[in-house]
Amino acid sequence: MTWCEIKNLQSVPLADIPVMKFSSLRNQCIEMISKGCRVVQFFGDMDKDCIILYVVLADDEQSKLYLAASSFSENESFESITPEVKSFHLFEREFYEQFGIKPDGHPWLKPVRKGIAGVSGNEEQYEFFKMGGEEVHEVGVGPIHAGIIEPGHFRFSCHGEKIYNLEIELGFQHRGIEELFIRKSSPIYLLKLSESIAGDTVIGHTGTFVRAIESLGEIDISRSAMAIRVIAIELERIGIHLGDLSAISGDVAYLTGNAVFGALRTKVINTTMAICGSRFGHDFITIGGVNYGIDKVLKDEISQMLAKLEKDAELASEVLFSSASVLARFEKTGIVSYQTAKEVGLVGPAGRASGIALDVRSDHPYGGFSQFPVHKLTLKTGDVFARAYIRYVEIMQSIRIIKEAVEYSMEDELRKEGGGLLPNRIVVSMSEGWRGEIVHAAITDESGKLKRYKIKDPSFNNWIGVALAVRNNGISDFPLCNKSFNLSYSGFDL
Amino acid sequence: MFDLLKLRLRHGRQAIPNLRKAEVLETFRGFPIIDESINPECSTKCSEICPTGAIEINPLRIDLGKCIFCGECERVSNGAIKFTNKYRLGSSKRDTLIIPSGRKYEEFDVAAIEVKKEIHKLFGRSLKLRQVSAGGCNGCEMELGAATNVNFDIGRFGIDFVASPRHADGIVITGPISINMAPALSDAYTSISDPKIVIAVGACAISGGLFSTSNQINRSFLDEVPVDLYIPGCPPHPLTFIHALLDYLGR
Repeated sequence: MTWCEIKNLQSVPLADIPVMKFSSLRNQCIEMISKGCRVVQFFGDMDKDCIILYVVLADDEQSKLYLAASSFSENESFESITPEVKSFHLFEREFYEQFGIKPDGHPWLKPVRKGIAGVSGNEEQYEFFKMGGEEVHEVGVGPIHAGIIEPGHFRFSCHGEKIYNLEIELGFQHRGIEELFIRKSSPIYLLKLSESIAGDTVIGHTGTFVRAIESLGEIDISRSAMAIRVIAIELERIGIHLGDLSAISGDVAYLTGNAVFGALRTKVINTTMAICGSRFGHDFITIGGVNYGIDKVLKDEISQMLAKLEKDAELASEVLFSSASVLARFEKTGIVSYQTAKEVGLVGPAGRASGIALDVRSDHPYGGFSQFPVHKLTLKTGDVFARAYIRYVEIMQSIRIIKEAVEYSMEDELRKEGGGLLPNRIVVSMSEGWRGEIVHAAITDESGKLKRYKIKDPSFNNWIGVALAVRNNGISDFPLCNKSFNLSYSGFDL
Repeated sequence: MFDLLKLRLRHGRQAIPNLRKAEVLETFRGFPIIDESINPECSTKCSEICPTGAIEINPLRIDLGKCIFCGECERVSNGAIKFTNKYRLGSSKRDTLIIPSGRKYEEFDVAAIEVKKEIHKLFGRSLKLRQVSAGGCNGCEMELGAATNVNFDIGRFGIDFVASPRHADGIVITGPISINMAPALSDAYTSISDPKIVIAVGACAISGGLFSTSNQINRSFLDEVPVDLYIPGCPPHPLTFIHALLDYLGR
């Protein structure tokens, strides 16, 4: 059977998705991946009395997505794809946890969000990998961490200072978001819920959500709204990247960087607030467009802020990256090789820092990014230096993108009304959040109501990157490695 | 070397000199002025559109503890609801956060925080806080972190976030309290020695916010433990947090 071929944000009838035997699906996945495809979604849905597994593969070079499905009855199992293609590892574990369909032969079948010890007797408890040997010790950090940060548990197997293995247990922030997306029907509630999937990625997740709904609702937003959304997401990207450079500087005791980048971040998020009233972009984007326009006064404000920011960010970054004490900590720390990054499926700046040239704005253009093409920037070393430096490069790139976008005409109507959603359809909505590739998949029932809403935050791909990056590094470098990724706990835990 | 000096000079002095007089932009959604008489027919629309159920009618009122300041009610209220940029919203009493039609900001402000002499005596010059994110989305957490940055610098008041509950005078809770974090939250609170205070930051912590009907949260911790200070917002602006703390400490 041939897979259903679509593009990002193109909805299709569910009936168009071929439902095949899992063994065929498995073989075809392996073949398509060997030819250059990549898994971007792999999730289940209840359908009457069976469980349907949907698989979405991306061909980034051709900007195409391929969909296929397989059907299981309760308690069935399947042959795990992970031993052949490692990037399926977490998807299969999640599918098992959500639907009970076991991937036989999975090398690391453990809970994803529900294995917290002592919380519930019923759920499978998390068992950590144990390293044997003389003088070997285990260090457990979390869930509560030293700083003001979300919780997660990190279990290190160490010998002296050196980390041999890090295992990350998440799920502490699980709030039941996917269930709320289906149970609640108010579009405004769902819009606000998408703002809270990861509170530092408001524009990223909300944009992905509204575009999925606009596709299913056949709403074409205005060009001005598209340009404003581009400005919104790039402001978010710049603001967070500056904050990350501030935090990473702090971790190597480079206090000048910590102070300066923190002050620069304030300027950027206050610009977002000047447009929409919220430093994080709440209420900026809505279904059908945006809630706020950019008049001449705001446009001048934004342009002035950017002009100054460009100079300040450049100076601050040049000073940071030429400081010997900083380089001594950054370089060769927390290396993730290109090969490893490709095998496990890293995305976003962390992936690009290891040479993985993926960027949804470029590979599967959406919204205004067809008008404002984005050049993919990669580095080679895959260490903390690369993950920090790439943020600097992306800040400068995003400044240029916003400079172009503000010149766009803002005369069109900001918000278009829509009707209901097309029934019995599926749409895959992908976008490039500041952490990387966000993928939402939405399925409607026969009355046009959402019946399944599957969310993949880029952290879902990248947490394994943190675990692999710290191997063979000193445990005192763990905070630095972790901050160089800066992944979401709540976006992962949902 | 010279670039470093240049950078230092350009950075200049970033601390907001007088936080008590700091202003936020007009666009900021802070205290809501509600006047039902302007448009009584809009009350039902407002209450129905609110994503967290913060709006009740007969009479029209907004619960700032549930409000996420999204602005949707303002849009359909035809003038009956107007969010001002007054960011000082913290309260030491839960029911003060319920704003009825006709309540003036000054009335709210003067009643919001009860200053206790013991609190001023114990913590007025040094307050160390342990932050626990119990299912927070990272919005509140980032704004609490921003309160310690070079612009807001709450360290100047002796207020700091500490790494261990054993070093803390109080706990700052964000998030609706997910089931998976409920035990850890409870342990952290128990580990803080008396006297201690509890601060709930953000709509999720105060009322569950958007997640109040989720079956993955467990707020029973708050049935046993009294909250001393409520900071509304989604997320609250750093100034909201700072002013509430300064008021509470009697500074």
